Amino acid sequence: MASYSDIARDGLWKNNPGFVQLLGLCPLLAVSNSLVNALGLGLATIFVLVTSNVIISLIRDWVQPQVRIPVFVMVIAATVTAIELIMQAKLYELYKVLGIFIPLITTNCIIMGRAEAFAAKNPLPKALADGLAQGLGFSAALVLLGIMREILGQGTLLHNAHLLFGEGARDWTITLISNYDGFLLAILPPGAFLGLGLLIALKNDIDRRMAQRAAQPATAGQPVDSAA
Amino acid sequence: MRLSSPHLPVQPTVPQVMRRVLLGLIPGIGVMTLFFGVGVLVNIAIAVLTALLAESIMLKLRGRELGRFLTDWTAVVTAALLAIGLPPLAPWWLPAIGAFFALVFGKHLYGGLGYNPFNPAMIGYVVLLIAFPTQMTLWPTPLGVGEGAPSVQAVLTAAFGGSLDSFGGIDALTGATPLDHVKTQLGLAMTVSEAQQGRMFGLFAGQGWEWLSLAFLAGGLYLLFTKTIRWQIPAGVLGGLALISGLFWLGDADRFASPLFHLTSGSAIVGAFFIATDPVTASTTPRGRLLFGAGIGILTWIIRTWGGYPDAIAFAVLLMNMAAPTIDELTQPRVYGHKSGRKRRED
Repeated sequence: MASYSDIARDGLWKNNPGFVQLLGLCPLLAVSNSLVNALGLGLATIFVLVTSNVIISLIRDWVQPQVRIPVFVMVIAATVTAIELIMQAKLYELYKVLGIFIPLITTNCIIMGRAEAFAAKNPLPKALADGLAQGLGFSAALVLLGIMREILGQGTLLHNAHLLFGEGARDWTITLISNYDGFLLAILPPGAFLGLGLLIALKNDIDRRMAQRAAQPATAGQPVDSAA
Repeated sequence: MRLSSPHLPVQPTVPQVMRRVLLGLIPGIGVMTLFFGVGVLVNIAIAVLTALLAESIMLKLRGRELGRFLTDWTAVVTAALLAIGLPPLAPWWLPAIGAFFALVFGKHLYGGLGYNPFNPAMIGYVVLLIAFPTQMTLWPTPLGVGEGAPSVQAVLTAAFGGSLDSFGGIDALTGATPLDHVKTQLGLAMTVSEAQQGRMFGLFAGQGWEWLSLAFLAGGLYLLFTKTIRWQIPAGVLGGLALISGLFWLGDADRFASPLFHLTSGSAIVGAFFIATDPVTASTTPRGRLLFGAGIGILTWIIRTWGGYPDAIAFAVLLMNMAAPTIDELTQPRVYGHKSGRKRRED
């Protein structure tokens, strides 16, 4: 049985859905072109992940193993439909910006992956914690990539914040580089791939340094797994 | 010069090959400077400096021998090939960013010299084309058209961020390239011969551009003559481009420009002899080289004719770079004394 600290560490760092499992790459790459978009989709994904994990954990003893996948899919689709309707009602502008990627949360492999690998085998509190940790890990990857691409691409942060935080946030935009022509590549799809590759490389480098420090007395020079 | 017995060929070293490529580029660069102004040389200088800087940083980070790799001229060739594709009125950061991406993302992140699947110069070029479409179209009008090639002051002002108003503004100094012009006019339902009226066009292609292509052709022939490159890739590129443009031109000369125009416009010649022949990223079998080149020629014509960008050598080269390993696999030459084909007639 995984402890809560293991669950948290797995979701946020060791087994991060965005940087390590490389699940849900489609929304991760497509919606991370600005911080607000990334945050919006991240929150929606956390909500879906937690809710579907909770429901699946609750019904896990009644679901026959032969039909578990269709059952999970229906649970996830129902949750996604709920959040889609909520966003349509409360955050209509953001809903329009994120467009197809809201319903596509259904097909995000992380949701099904956690349902199958964790929620279907663990009691409710653990499943809830796992959904939260994995969702936060995915959102962290999304937000980091969003920050990187927005700064490089248009020199701002929190542009269009009112889509997520309401009218009062309209002037939250922080212009980091004024008179910036913009590096269009960072906003376009290739920028997403390059940015994700660089972030994964950075994470692997941090991991390598930590492993080296941990193994300092015993063995020096661990084999390095290459990335990017 | 190393010596060997009469029957053993001397393989040139990497620095030798690279120096020959640079020598071959000189006539082209000279003519380009004559027609388009000293911006060409400014671009090359900035690109080469950035490339050497990026190369040394990456070599240091990767723990490689600095001296040997830095003096093999490969970074200089990459930077020069990138820089001659850039408009000679570009701001200074354009060649700098291009050379940085070419060396860091195109070359070293893949493992350095010999391991990169894509032509690094073209990676840098395409990054610039996608990221800065406006700056990439600021081609000055060549000598003999409009105001003529921009002056040294104009070039330096443009490169280092000054205002071009005292030179009549950017619009007085720049103009559409012939490929651009023909494409726009065809879009306005003109015929090719109508589009090719005017001072922008010279004897058989764009004013200035035709001489540029001939100068690069001379440099390319020098590379062929010194056996620095094989004939198959340039023949493939130019043959493929001539074949497909010729077929369509014969079909409808009003809507499709002639093969001669295609061959001597844009970067077709320099692409065929200098860019597509990169020994790392091109095919390596004789038949494979022909196919690889023909693919570039055909793709170039397709993108020029129906694509969103006026010239297409860079995209065509990158696309064919992806296909090169497969082409090599399928065109293995017959080993002397063995039957042809791969395991088909094993009996």
